[in-house]
Amino acid sequence: MSNATARNVPLVVARLPGVLIDLFPGAPRRVELPASTVKEMIDGLDARWPGMRDRICDSRPAIRRHMNVFLDGERATLETRLAPGTEVFVLTAISGG
Amino acid sequence: MPEKVLVLIGTKKGAFIAESDGKRGSWKLRGPFCEHWPMNHVVGDPKTGAIYGAGGNEWFGPAVWKSDDLGETWKHSSEGLAYDAGEEPIKAVWSLARRNGSLYAGVQPAGLFRSDDDGVTWSHIEGLQRHPSRKDWNPGGAGLILHSIVTHPRDEEQIWVGISSAGVFYTWDGGKTWEPRNRGTRADFLPEGQNYPEFGQCVHCLVMAPGKPDRLYQQNHCGMYRSDDGGKSWQSIEKGLPSTFGFPAATHPRDADTLFLLPLNGDSAGRYVPDAKAAVWKTEDAGATWLDERKGLPQENCYAGVLRQAMATDSLEPAGVYFGTSGGSLFASADEGENWSEIAQHLPAILSVEAMVVSE
Repeated sequence: MSNATARNVPLVVARLPGVLIDLFPGAPRRVELPASTVKEMIDGLDARWPGMRDRICDSRPAIRRHMNVFLDGERATLETRLAPGTEVFVLTAISGG
Repeated sequence: MPEKVLVLIGTKKGAFIAESDGKRGSWKLRGPFCEHWPMNHVVGDPKTGAIYGAGGNEWFGPAVWKSDDLGETWKHSSEGLAYDAGEEPIKAVWSLARRNGSLYAGVQPAGLFRSDDDGVTWSHIEGLQRHPSRKDWNPGGAGLILHSIVTHPRDEEQIWVGISSAGVFYTWDGGKTWEPRNRGTRADFLPEGQNYPEFGQCVHCLVMAPGKPDRLYQQNHCGMYRSDDGGKSWQSIEKGLPSTFGFPAATHPRDADTLFLLPLNGDSAGRYVPDAKAAVWKTEDAGATWLDERKGLPQENCYAGVLRQAMATDSLEPAGVYFGTSGGSLFASADEGENWSEIAQHLPAILSVEAMVVSE
């Protein structure tokens, strides 16, 4: 049980990109989970799909340079607080070649 | 028992596998695998049939991929594959080496990790980062990458690594203590009179001769070298080669005196095969003399390069030799380099080639 679940934290909605869930067979694009910060949300995702944190965050620790986490149209950091029911978009940046 | 040869190909957009029977006359290509990640090095363990892939993705960072079913399905992990908080994060895994039950991974920025559970979790071999020269390591063109890992066949405490462009480093105590081993290798890019430093040489590829652990070969940015004392000293063996510049070096599976190289025309001359004619250069006397093998290889308008991990031999008799180009062609010889054929084309840029022979 994650810390957020243990503390009876309200649910938020994580929206995940297809290229991320392709790495974790069975993971859905939309996940409801308890979290009061972006970091708690990512911890919760990692608890369900081990290794997902490493794909979104680096070891500094911070959200990876070419990953973006948005809520209410604003780019978030790991410390950004989440109100109950917030929809959080995890996106891949435009890059390629 | 019939044998199957798998050529494991790392490319800029995923891993591929070319497969043939032991005759190596016709090939079937499978892939792309690993979700189109750039795969810097794909290696196999012929004892278990497991395949491991070293990758790094701009979005998702570094990971080591693994397949237990000859490439049909893959899993990835990077648990423990990280430097301490606050340090520059690992961008990609660049090289892999299997030794008995252990798997070693070289990463960018340069560092060495070890897994004793088949690539599921990793631990940092911190001694290399603590070497006093670490603060003076500067990245080469491909970044500060640890691209060559050479283990000792009988003593797991001894490891050599090649770091571009910091040089060759050696440990005799499992990675706690390291020393540079670059004596005799040139750094032409440094000011006159400072061309033989203790470290800072641009090693491109480091390999060990079969059955002769004291003999190492290295293709360097500035020359081709052999060592007969575990890297304590190096002798130039570039006489007779068309160029001092190239990336890969591949040893013969059984003969310590035989080596295959693919020289390019020079670091500031385009970095393609000399005169735009492809050739593998082979020595059978430890570098005293060289012979160009080009039958079946493109002999006009070939402007391809071959990267540092993109040439390999298999373990069959006679040995197969393989190389992949930056233009996505894969060439194979089933007779130790005498005759060549193109066994795959139009692949993404090929970053690595390894061969694994398994029982069918």
